[in-house]
Amino acid sequence: MSNPQPIMAGKRGLVMGVANDRSIAWGIAKAVADQGAELAFTYQGDALKKRVEPLAASVNSDILLQCDVTDDASVKATFQAIEEKWGKLDFLVHAIAYADKEELKGKYLNTSRKNFLQSLDISCYSFTSIAQHAAPLMTDGGSLVTLTYYGAEQVMPHYNVMGVAKAALEASVRYLAADLGPDNIRVNAISAGPIKTLAASGIGDFRHILKWNEYNSPLQRNVSIEQVGGAGLYLLSDLAGGVTGEVHHVDSGYHVVGMMNVDKAKDLSELLANFNPQG
Amino acid sequence: MSNDVADRVKKIVVEHLGVEESKVVNSASFIDDLGADSLDTVELVMAFEEEFGCEIPDDAAEKIVTVQNAVDFISENV
Repeated sequence: MSNPQPIMAGKRGLVMGVANDRSIAWGIAKAVADQGAELAFTYQGDALKKRVEPLAASVNSDILLQCDVTDDASVKATFQAIEEKWGKLDFLVHAIAYADKEELKGKYLNTSRKNFLQSLDISCYSFTSIAQHAAPLMTDGGSLVTLTYYGAEQVMPHYNVMGVAKAALEASVRYLAADLGPDNIRVNAISAGPIKTLAASGIGDFRHILKWNEYNSPLQRNVSIEQVGGAGLYLLSDLAGGVTGEVHHVDSGYHVVGMMNVDKAKDLSELLANFNPQG
Repeated sequence: MSNDVADRVKKIVVEHLGVEESKVVNSASFIDDLGADSLDTVELVMAFEEEFGCEIPDDAAEKIVTVQNAVDFISENV
């Protein structure tokens, strides 16, 4: 049998938000690069640059751009650079979020206006802003994927303002899908189960959330960045040509469960006893 | 046992920070002596958790600023 053409052969995409080799965005980047995609990366600040540089090099990417999504001029310059290098763009991965760590504990009720606006700006509006600039480059159609979390749909302890920001992000996926559909640009989100990433280290008591997901999800395990990468590959490729406006759960099935797993009652009660509500 | 822990901790620090083994002494501070940035300290804690199969809570992680701090926490909790 002849080898089929790699799924992403000839496609060029921009990956925004890789922090290190544990990043979900890196799982997606690796998956699409393994299938022949050509990649560009953005980073914000020197601390992240030195981490992304070797990863970009490992997938033969030589386009590494600084992009501050809170600065319109910076976003514009990023896409101008892409246009100069490639002329067009086929896909984009948005894996950018921020909230003040001090408010990723305790109650959502105490969210400050400043943190609310900054969190929504970076975690939600950035995707719309990026879509505005990316769409004109997607002359042969395209695919945008962003990352969300179940905390957008249901209350998760300590996720707080980030849950509100992700809910807004998920709504914007649907509006962008409608706006960009006529141009054959698809817009989807992956709702990944909890994964121990650099960003997750800011969420109080995250390890308890991981355990909770492991005990209660139908697959009885947490998800890996490779598994999210597989879903990303699907959504970014022509395999998902009929899919847009979707929030696709890659969470070991956790979102279908309506009650805790009675077979794990003992483990779960220990976990709950150790959970620090102020965490 | 604690020597073994110290060796494994030092190996992770050398690999992660890309520093010379001779500089990774017990008293070395990740940030002040070994050039780590704030993200490195988070990544180091994650690497320790993986290597030793333990969980280092946030409040404990904040106190791990030297090689010795890491060795002590792991020796006492694994």
